[in-house]
Amino acid sequence: MTDDQQLRVSKISEGTVIDHVTGGQALNVLAILGIDGSGGEEVSIGMNVPSERLGRKDVVKVEGRELSQDEVDVLSLIAPAATINIVRDYDVIEKHRVERPGEVVGVLRCPNRNCITTKDEPVDSRFAVLEDGVRCAYCDTIIRESIADHIHVG
Amino acid sequence: MPQDHIISAKHLSRADIESVLDRAAEIAADPEAVSDRHAGKLLGMLFFEPSTRTKMSFTAAMKRLGGDIVDMGPVDQSSVKKGESLADTVRVVEGYADALVMRHPLEGSAKMASEFVDVPLINAGDGAGQHPTQTLLDLYTIRESAGFDDLTVGIMGDLKYGRTVHSLAHALTNFDAQQHFVSPESLKLPRGVRYDLHEQGASMREHTELDEVLDSLDVLYVTRIQAERFPDEDEYRKVAGEYQIDAETLASAKDDLVVMHPLPRVDEIASDVDETDHARYFQQAHNGVPVRMALLDLILEGNL
Repeated sequence: MTDDQQLRVSKISEGTVIDHVTGGQALNVLAILGIDGSGGEEVSIGMNVPSERLGRKDVVKVEGRELSQDEVDVLSLIAPAATINIVRDYDVIEKHRVERPGEVVGVLRCPNRNCITTKDEPVDSRFAVLEDGVRCAYCDTIIRESIADHIHVG
Repeated sequence: MPQDHIISAKHLSRADIESVLDRAAEIAADPEAVSDRHAGKLLGMLFFEPSTRTKMSFTAAMKRLGGDIVDMGPVDQSSVKKGESLADTVRVVEGYADALVMRHPLEGSAKMASEFVDVPLINAGDGAGQHPTQTLLDLYTIRESAGFDDLTVGIMGDLKYGRTVHSLAHALTNFDAQQHFVSPESLKLPRGVRYDLHEQGASMREHTELDEVLDSLDVLYVTRIQAERFPDEDEYRKVAGEYQIDAETLASAKDDLVVMHPLPRVDEIASDVDETDHARYFQQAHNGVPVRMALLDLILEGNL
């Protein structure tokens, strides 16, 4: 483990370090995870820290929590270069990059005000993940820019 | 492959389309032969926004097959007025009917509704989204009038909000067709439709003036600029009244150009076009009955 890695990951005993998040997206990562502080989670954030690979990156450390695959899938939309480090007893026991899923369900709000998923109906939003964006499976609206603006959690 | 629901023209293959059109031609040639074919069957009519041609032609089609309809009636006299969700409405009505036809002002409504029912559901227009059965009768009319080989089709008017355009553009990717889209900049095809056409490798070009392409067209499909679809009235006023054609406009067109329109028209096709050999829009509307008879027949038999 390099000094740089130790500096970033050694401070949590159990949980997840999400590294190489696109600079400025850390708060959106927390939104995806449904973390707003009210649940008492222990969270550390580094924003716009220097990175050899990305220039600037964000780092999110969540104590006592390992991410589900659904959460990782959605993270990939706003942080395609992110790495997920699972930490147990101060050691990184698993490390992998995020992979873009085929679709994401229930986490993005369709920007088309005339889309049925934006109304009071018992249906989750569903977006197919394209190479360069996402697409509503109901109304076909494509979002290419600022996907994080459409995150709708809780 | 059997289809439970007809939601989008995107999901219609050339084989599906030709199956419906061939059946429609058989029915048109001998409608008496199918007059009792679906006796005792009921078609549920769920029209959440106004319709004349689509609703009446589905009604006529079902009755000419020997079946009948159960109609939700106007929205303001239904449980929708009491706040019932669409999901609940369709789940209730599927218990009354063998198949459902639904028109709704919201995009994606037909897809969502289809996820709550087991009987076949036919999308008769979902907001600015899709109108696949209109496309089937459009294609029937094109096949009758111009054939499907080496077609050059111009589609003009409201391409942004025009659901008939979106469905037709998708369906034409199954054929050897060049598509020319003519509209004001503000009413160009939506990103999603352009994405699909690109993915399908469709031959397509976009224009702002009809005279850039008119003399090359075999079919000119005109649509109304729909005031009711504009979120902003000012945006509508900027383009209202553009893209009108009359008999003089068509002087430079091919003699056998076919002019189509899903109707209703307002002022985008002058009445003097009606008297020319180009006009095909009333025939197009009449074709709605045999085409929808064919579609209902195939769906009720589980053969589509």
